[in-house]
Amino acid sequence: MTALRILSCGPGVTVQDGGRHGYLRYGVTVAGPMDALAHAVANRAVGNREDSAALEVSLGGIELTAEDGPLTIAVAGGAFQTTLDDQPLPAAVVATLEPGAKLRLRAGAAGMWCYLAIAGDLDLPAVLGSRATHARTGMGGLDGRMLQAGDRIAVSPPGRGAADGGAIVAPLLDRPADIVRVLPGPQQDYFAEDQVAAFLAGPWRISPRGDRMACFLEGPVLRHAGGFNIPSDGVAMGAIQVPGEGQPIVLMADRQSTGGYPKIATVIGADLGRLAQARPGTEIAFRAVSHGEAVRALAEQRAFLDAPIAIEPLRRDRFSSEFLLGRNLVGGWIDARRPG
Amino acid sequence: MSDRTAAGPVFLDAGESALVVEFGRSVDPALSDRVLALDAALAAAPPEGLRELVPTYRSLMIHYDPLRLDRARLVGLVEERLGAASADLRPGALWTIPCCYAPPHGEDLAEMAALLGMPPERAADLHAAARYRVYMYGFSPGFTYLGGLPEPLAISRRARPRPPHDSKVVLVGGGLSAIASFAMPTGWYVVGRTPERLYAPERASAFLFEPGDSLRFEAIDPATFAALEARADAGEVVARRTPA
Repeated sequence: MTALRILSCGPGVTVQDGGRHGYLRYGVTVAGPMDALAHAVANRAVGNREDSAALEVSLGGIELTAEDGPLTIAVAGGAFQTTLDDQPLPAAVVATLEPGAKLRLRAGAAGMWCYLAIAGDLDLPAVLGSRATHARTGMGGLDGRMLQAGDRIAVSPPGRGAADGGAIVAPLLDRPADIVRVLPGPQQDYFAEDQVAAFLAGPWRISPRGDRMACFLEGPVLRHAGGFNIPSDGVAMGAIQVPGEGQPIVLMADRQSTGGYPKIATVIGADLGRLAQARPGTEIAFRAVSHGEAVRALAEQRAFLDAPIAIEPLRRDRFSSEFLLGRNLVGGWIDARRPG
Repeated sequence: MSDRTAAGPVFLDAGESALVVEFGRSVDPALSDRVLALDAALAAAPPEGLRELVPTYRSLMIHYDPLRLDRARLVGLVEERLGAASADLRPGALWTIPCCYAPPHGEDLAEMAALLGMPPERAADLHAAARYRVYMYGFSPGFTYLGGLPEPLAISRRARPRPPHDSKVVLVGGGLSAIASFAMPTGWYVVGRTPERLYAPERASAFLFEPGDSLRFEAIDPATFAALEARADAGEVVARRTPA
């Protein structure tokens, strides 16, 4: 049976589909992709449903090959360095992985997460209706854990993507994280007005402590107007809670269903991927927007995903200068063109 | 955010895709009743675009797709259902949960009882004699928050979490009791262990209780625990349900 074989793998690589929905009321984490937009683009580019199970690749990177048949794959997300049998590929690409050929994704110029979608169905059992991995509770994916070298995932049946492959044209994936839009609340009244202003102004530096559960921010110490314990209530993805020490925590894909700290604001859905892709050390500020503006930003992404994904044939003479710069670290051929 | 009327709830945005209907800010069975009545009313006829309902002690979080369900329409719908909601509150079932308080299962029972100035047997008897209300789930799959802890057992949570406990433990802390399915570090005291599985994804009923159900613990000895655990691990539900 056609399958994917993991040759080597850094920590933090998991299988993620659109998430485990419908069980938050029983305390079950949604999980799903950190950058849902990139995950959906990769899936769409190989002809899958946008919420299909795909690999979420961390900065640890991955090397893999196909077994018993070719696989059509797509890569999209952060600007990772992608090579196929040591030949550099664009950061967002559709390609055919022949049996024995080696596809490698490594941390590149920018971004935290990259998605590797495989045309067809990953043959993994659904847990509560989803294949999303939640490693803390050992749920979903491959045996409820992060992937490791030697793992084999059958693809049954393999799908057929675009015959020749090419570069994915997805300008919406190019998202600098300097400004992240938020909707105030649900508990901004636990903070005095000047503290909400201080929160918006920042600047906040993204801490290296982050993981799939949360993004920790370092910056001005925020003071609560009253206490900082509230009777638990629901937690949306992107909720920015402020615990006692006054440093905000943005709750991400592996967040718990409920929580007991005041949430000063919530990152809008359209900017969740932008924040997820920001590396530790990145400086960000928040901008408050209206509910209407947040919905319009979401609608813009929806329209992009609903349109056909544009794929350009791979022709090196047409690569943008940005792409060439991105290849600088890996490609031998570009060095030959460098003057002097 | 000044939608609060004398008796009505406040509507709070948690991003553009979740709306919190907040009835109050305390842990109170009357607030919980109102939350659960609205939860039932919306679940009975969910509008197109509603994704998930998450009831808590004092609020209902409504996850929705704002591209399919307009916020103003959702608020209007909630207000409309609030009027009729109290009639929709179904009486909760009563569950009897086997619980072994004896060593090695009630790991922290002696420590907690000493802090409360009573013998461990007294603490276990008090815990088993009470009737609890399932307020909500949260924290981890099948983690159940229970109100109704007898006053003499009210104790703050530990300042520092203890090392991970076993799975399926019964906890006390912060004036509440709880049942945890997953082994985790915790600030609560482990007073017993149940052979029942509160999270069993392969079982037809992956979760047993609904918020609003009532619950009592039935003290069992370690031998009974072992026998019931074997049956529960084979897929049987060993807790007993009495319809309301």
